[in-house]
Amino acid sequence: MFDALADRLENAWKKVRGQDKISESNVKDALREVRRALLEADANLQVVKDFVAEVEQKALGAEVISGVRPDQQFIEIIHNELVSVMGDANVPLAHAESAPTIVLMAGLQGTGKTTATAKLALHLRKEERSVLMVATDVYRPAAIDQLIALGKQVDIPVFDLGKDADPVEIARQGVERARAEGFDTVIIDTAGRLQIDESMMGELKRIKDTIQPHEVLLVVDAMTGQEAANLTRTFHEQIGVTGAILTKMDGDTRGGAALSVRRISGQPIKFIGVGEKVDALQPFYPDRMASRILGMGDVLTLVEKA
Amino acid sequence: DKTRRSLVNQLKAIVGQGPLNEDAVLEIESLLLQADAGVDATDKVIQALQKQLREETLPPEQAIAYLKKILRELLDRPLQGSHSVFFAPEKEMLNIWLITGVNGAGKTTTIGKLAHIAQKSGYRCLIAAADTFRAAAVEQVKVWGQRSDVDVIANPGQNTDPAAVVFDAIAAAQSRNTELLLIDTAGRLQNKKNLMDELNKIRRIIDKKAGTATVESLLVLDATLGQNGLRQAQVFAEAAQLSGVVLTKLDGTAKGGIALAVVEELGLPIRFIGAGEGIEDLRPFSSYEFVEALISG
Ligand SMILES: Nc1nc2c(ncn2[C@@H]2O[C@H](COP(=O)(O)OP(=O)(O)OP(=O)(O)O)[C@@H](O)[C@H]2O)c(=O)[nH]1
Ligand SMILES: Nc1nc2c(ncn2[C@@H]2O[C@H](COP(=O)(O)OP(=O)(O)OP(=O)(O)O)[C@@H](O)[C@H]2O)c(=O)[nH]1
Ligand SMILES: [Mg+2]
Ligand SMILES: [Mg+2]
Repeated sequence: MFDALADRLENAWKKVRGQDKISESNVKDALREVRRALLEADANLQVVKDFVAEVEQKALGAEVISGVRPDQQFIEIIHNELVSVMGDANVPLAHAESAPTIVLMAGLQGTGKTTATAKLALHLRKEERSVLMVATDVYRPAAIDQLIALGKQVDIPVFDLGKDADPVEIARQGVERARAEGFDTVIIDTAGRLQIDESMMGELKRIKDTIQPHEVLLVVDAMTGQEAANLTRTFHEQIGVTGAILTKMDGDTRGGAALSVRRISGQPIKFIGVGEKVDALQPFYPDRMASRILGMGDVLTLVEKA
Repeated sequence: DKTRRSLVNQLKAIVGQGPLNEDAVLEIESLLLQADAGVDATDKVIQALQKQLREETLPPEQAIAYLKKILRELLDRPLQGSHSVFFAPEKEMLNIWLITGVNGAGKTTTIGKLAHIAQKSGYRCLIAAADTFRAAAVEQVKVWGQRSDVDVIANPGQNTDPAAVVFDAIAAAQSRNTELLLIDTAGRLQNKKNLMDELNKIRRIIDKKAGTATVESLLVLDATLGQNGLRQAQVFAEAAQLSGVVLTKLDGTAKGGIALAVVEELGLPIRFIGAGEGIEDLRPFSSYEFVEALISG
């Protein structure tokens, strides 16, 4: 369904073959293809517009490299720009000087927060960090049971106060417990909420103000479309996020949401979820994500060889 | 703020009361793209609009009315074919609704809402808890069963074969003269071959064991989905013989434009929309309402 951008660009460039240099006249078709490819990968329209404008500037100012076709050079410019937008290197999870490190999970309904809470806990335990998970989702049916069941799977304790308690109070007591019992990290799972739901966003804000987390992770489904930009903007403005987890990356989505999340929040994507199982969590690598969004696996090596 | 202005005002800002020009059409294109309609479906709609614009010059209000008509016709097209306009279980016989989709789309919640409506409408209803995989999935659907006072057939064991649960549930439905059996399935990504095979096996068991039942196979799509939704619909259509779509989470700001692409590409009707997490938050799909929300929001 998606032609790799590389093929498209080659086609766009065929029309102008013989021109051995990127110029204002021949870059236009190529930029149109880039725009289209990014939109098909679900990057947000506004984000794409800005990105394409930046790429145009970079491409026009680029030095001619002998032996490299302009379409290949152009792809490399786009790829590099995408990598640099997404943060060049992986950023690990915060580790507070005095324990416990407090991590707050947030996001829309069904994105994978509860699963990611357990995945992250397991990941940290592998780094010899002890973890307590806190169940504050009192709304979704069996949400607490779900976290408890996951806790059993990974053998990590879960703090809860049942579903009649106030989420802010659960979070507060959970952190208190973690501190009292000397846990290295405490992860607070929260209920899914729409960014336009004022009372639920207010609750999340109160949780944050109460527990003062070191890390607020926005959990975003990699299959999200244009909405990724809107939800990131509101969560960031109202709550303040320090990073993101992109889930369900084991699917075949291009994941252009990553570009929107990163651009709009300015915060790094720290992990990706790559499966339903508790060990299916990986660090986020900007260069792999860039290649995936552009639908190109081996183009880079091609350029390197040239 | 431009995004908050209505389309008609945006177009008027560009062309006044005069006919639509290139810039105005680009504005409409942006709106469709930002609703996740996708590049291809957007191109098709814009082409249809431009064809009309070549025949007669249209000022903003009329152009928007025409655009809405194109979109409504697109969404209603499946009902001109083999899919019935009226959508409800038939009384005094077994109807089976198989509810499928990727992880977290809203399947179980939709089952809870459907059970509630069916129960209120006087159907004898039953739920099959065939998500035997996800942590506490059975507990979750049982809560929904209690809320609507509908029995849930589940297997007490963990990681049991979901097809076996479906088999048992059909047997129970047959012996209880159930009129509507709702089957909750585990979320699965369409590129997981083994999980899609498992779904296909469930579908075959339904067809084999309940040959005389009326079967509806509904794909649940999250309105915040991007272009992957189309791929989902293509693959689930194969594995589960889809007959329709449920679009959830329309209470957010996402417009669910991917549904346009799904309807256009696969000819599947949208049957219900989910607009909240509450038991009453499910409505029959209306192309009129959907298009109004898409264009005016
Ligand atoms: N394939 C895949 N499925 C995932 C991944 N992460 C989560 N899931 C699944 O997505 C669904 C939703 O995950 P949850 O962890 O319940 O999501 P949530 O954000 O806690 O949902 P709410 O609490 O209802 O808002 C479940 O079926 C998970 O198994 C992932 O990385 N890959
Ligand atoms: N705002 C909103 N949330 C919804 C809607 N439908 C479902 N949800 C929420 O989305 C999340 C996931 O819903 P589920 O019904 O568990 O989804 P599912 O498809 O069964 O998920 P898995 O079984 O894990 O694949 C829950 O938090 C629901 O409350 C809706 O129409 N609007
Ligand atoms: Mg959860
Ligand atoms: Mg479910």
